[in-house]
Amino acid sequence: MIPQVSAPPSPPAIDPPAVVVSNLRRAYGDRVVIRNLNLRIERGEFVALLGESGCGKTTLLRALAGLDSIEGGRIVAPRRPAVVFQEPRLLPWDTLWRNVALGLAAPDAHARAASALAEVGLGDRLDDWPRNLSGGQAQRVALARALVQEPQLLLLDEPFAALDALTRIRMHDLVGELVAKHRPGVLLVTHDVDEAIALADRILVMRHGAIAFEHQTRAAGIKAAGPASISRGDLLAELGVVSHIAA
Amino acid sequence: MSNLEQTASASEFDRAAIGDTSSPSHHGLVPAIGKRGLLLLSWLAPVVLVIVWEVAAKAGWVSPQVLPAPSKVLNTAIKLATTGSLLGDLRTSLLRAATGFALGGSVGFALGVLVGFSRIAEAAIDRSVQMIRAIPFLALLPLVIVWLGVGEAEKIFLVALGVTFPIYINTTLGIRQVDPKLIELGCIQGLGPFELIRRIVLPGALPSILTGVRYALATAWLALVVAETIGAESGIGFLAMDAREFLRTDVIVLTIAIYALIGVAADAIARLLERRLLAWHPNYGGSR
Repeated sequence: MIPQVSAPPSPPAIDPPAVVVSNLRRAYGDRVVIRNLNLRIERGEFVALLGESGCGKTTLLRALAGLDSIEGGRIVAPRRPAVVFQEPRLLPWDTLWRNVALGLAAPDAHARAASALAEVGLGDRLDDWPRNLSGGQAQRVALARALVQEPQLLLLDEPFAALDALTRIRMHDLVGELVAKHRPGVLLVTHDVDEAIALADRILVMRHGAIAFEHQTRAAGIKAAGPASISRGDLLAELGVVSHIAA
Repeated sequence: MSNLEQTASASEFDRAAIGDTSSPSHHGLVPAIGKRGLLLLSWLAPVVLVIVWEVAAKAGWVSPQVLPAPSKVLNTAIKLATTGSLLGDLRTSLLRAATGFALGGSVGFALGVLVGFSRIAEAAIDRSVQMIRAIPFLALLPLVIVWLGVGEAEKIFLVALGVTFPIYINTTLGIRQVDPKLIELGCIQGLGPFELIRRIVLPGALPSILTGVRYALATAWLALVVAETIGAESGIGFLAMDAREFLRTDVIVLTIAIYALIGVAADAIARLLERRLLAWHPNYGGSR
């Protein structure tokens, strides 16, 4: 569990930040996976986290989700974050609305689940079974399940990696829309540089357990009208990939 | 065990019967017959067998002492049901089976849940259970008779013993096989331990538990037959042993038929349960 420390006072901001991570440290035995990591995500801000495999980005996400214990530092989050994983993780024995309402302890759970499913375009499939869904549809249900909790922090762990290219583009648009509407702070862990550029307000590159590069692509919550302020070649270079084609 | 074999062949048969009707020439060799024809054909052999049996018995080729005619068995059934003790005996047998099943099932399920959830419980309990399971439970019969005599308790105990292990093993297995990613999801969605078990662990374990129930039904029935054959004063088994004293082969054949029918009925109930409870499961539920 995340230690529920009360958020530090920050008078100028109207909303408290979605999450503040200070001096986070995590090691598996001798191998340090995260070293003295600091991160602050505001509500409504979309942050993409890039990095090579094994750089510690999944460990960071799991720590934020409260799935792993932390060894040092602090994570201050006002509420339990919601998570969408690479695989939809739907309960095959529950109908779609019951899947979305999982953990929702409200008397109007059905209505809220129904409206969340409608938001992801599956409002007519409330009583259907997960096995009748395509991969993209299942991932949309997972997104509805995360957003129905009205999270202040939404963690996305490569949620589009298993989808085909066209579905992925549609999902990008949908996520962008829903995030703009619900305004959670978002941390998107991804391998996909283009995805990061398309979606994020701020792009982080993680290396050896620390944040090695940071770039603000646009002010939080405002969809970029023009071309992104960073090229994919620059980002790939940060990731240690020298591309001769992209230049 | 014969029950299980019947089950396997019966479901094979179902699939052949309901399979895709769009391609009648699926079985290349019999394009003209079709699915319905195959269904009729599959019933042909047993019906012919019964007719041959009837004719052979009526013609006197087979002594009624060895094998009475099916019609004679049917008459005996009606006579015993209306004037004799058949219904009372049937009730007694079913009650024994149900009581034993409930007791053994509860113990097996409780132990299975405990061991499925807790590595400590597994270390403490599992080895002992596995050692007892290694004994063919019918081998314990003489010991059980010494302990409990030949009354109701002995019969119920034997049924319960036969039921406990299949339920225990499949419950443990089912719980262990629940996808840890789904349990992780439950934690993220904020489910408490009780909700986690109710919403994720038990539904996930249910297919395996129901498989255990089907095995247990077969062993329960086997246990009952054996227990009732030895020193019973009522019940279907008693009816059979009593008939043996008087060389009433028709009654003996009748009791065998009743055992078979109840076995088939129990299996049908188990399958209905699977269809109902596992409607979500691609292997059990119908498509929606």
